[in-house]
Amino acid sequence: MPFRHRNPGIRPRLTFGLRLDRAARAGFPATCTVLTMLLTQVPFGIPGQAVMLPAVTLVCVWFWSLFRPAAMPPAAVFGIGLLLDLLGYMPLGVGVLVLLLAHGIARRGRRFLSQQGFAMNWLAFVPVGAGAALLSWALVVALTIRLLSPGMALFQAVLTVALYPVLAIPLAWAHRAVPEADAA
Amino acid sequence: MIRLSIPARQALSKLSLPVLVAAAFGLMLLGKADTILAERARMALNDSLGPIYAVLSEPLRAIDRAVSDAGNLWNLRTDNAKLREENEYLRRWQSIALALDSENARLKASLNWIPDPTANYVTARVVADAGGVYARAALLEVGPNHSIKKSQIALDERGLIGRVTEVGSRTARVLLITDLNSRIPVIMETSRARAILVGTNGPRPRLLYWPEGVQPQEGERIVTSAEANAFPANLPIGTVQHTANGVPEVQPFAQLNRLEVVRIFDYGLGGVVAPETQSRPTPGRH
Repeated sequence: MPFRHRNPGIRPRLTFGLRLDRAARAGFPATCTVLTMLLTQVPFGIPGQAVMLPAVTLVCVWFWSLFRPAAMPPAAVFGIGLLLDLLGYMPLGVGVLVLLLAHGIARRGRRFLSQQGFAMNWLAFVPVGAGAALLSWALVVALTIRLLSPGMALFQAVLTVALYPVLAIPLAWAHRAVPEADAA
Repeated sequence: MIRLSIPARQALSKLSLPVLVAAAFGLMLLGKADTILAERARMALNDSLGPIYAVLSEPLRAIDRAVSDAGNLWNLRTDNAKLREENEYLRRWQSIALALDSENARLKASLNWIPDPTANYVTARVVADAGGVYARAALLEVGPNHSIKKSQIALDERGLIGRVTEVGSRTARVLLITDLNSRIPVIMETSRARAILVGTNGPRPRLLYWPEGVQPQEGERIVTSAEANAFPANLPIGTVQHTANGVPEVQPFAQLNRLEVVRIFDYGLGGVVAPETQSRPTPGRH
């Protein structure tokens, strides 16, 4: 491959294939999140399946914000949140706000958490999952002016926290299998 | 791509999160101000995803059927005995029903009774749950050239399911009778007293506002009332069941947690437009 002489050996010329590869790598976390979200909408006939969607979305956004923040920018989180609101029949903006706040927290705690082991990461996710479920419940109550029973919010909190290890293991595997563009 | 200096890019990336959080609040206001917008966006999304769900649900249904078939084979003997007994019982009822039917026809003929209009219906497949966490609804795949309109009535083979609230070009959404926003005028079949059936998001909707001096009886059948011209009279809904606290609830006949095929009836009624799915608090008790 021909190199430029001005900065020899630093980077190869960006061919079309390389650009495509970079775009694919950069878009991988968001795409994988959206596909997982759509997968939860398939009618499996499991009772309480509706709660899967917000739970899975939060886990994915949290994981990628923590371990590959460059590929999960706030704009992508916004788009995913909008999709969550539309698919999950929530008042517009609820999912967007909850996911953006989770993303912000993940960015703050990134330095510390990305050094920790799996158990510590799960423990750190407990308040995030519970807080997200309760915040979305409070927002839905405020926006629909209806007092909804908090039972579903509690179920969502428990399910979100319980789903973390189930999803984090394949996500961690994907994280290693598809390295970031610069590391590739 | 626009080239920015490194400090400018850093400032921009720091600013983007607060700006987007503010945009999220803006989105909430927008969704509150214009409920139709969110509804349209949802139906457009459903229209594009509906065929995918329909394709994906086919193998899942096959697996489900295979599992239930295996269970049925296992119970073949006991089921057979039970069915024979039930058949005997139903045959007696059939002769009574036929006699009553002919008597009814004769009486109606002598009274010059105006016959109830027969309703047209279409049958559609349920492809996804369309309720989310805080609502109860079902998404139907209805094909491109359908005649389904808002506030038409959905039944399964046993009883009332709900009403159509949103119609897209390929899909329709049915708000179930268990949804928090569902209000249905009903009649208790033995006492002929009117009441309102109120959804609670739980598996059994609640009876409210029955007249004084009447008490819903345990096991009493609940049917729709033609009041307000939103439903035809006498569609079966369910039976009364009291909770431990003595609150009368209705156990629906329809199998709301495993809907597969739904009939949408056009009774040509336009009394009350179907409730908005998301917001709009309904006046009355919550």
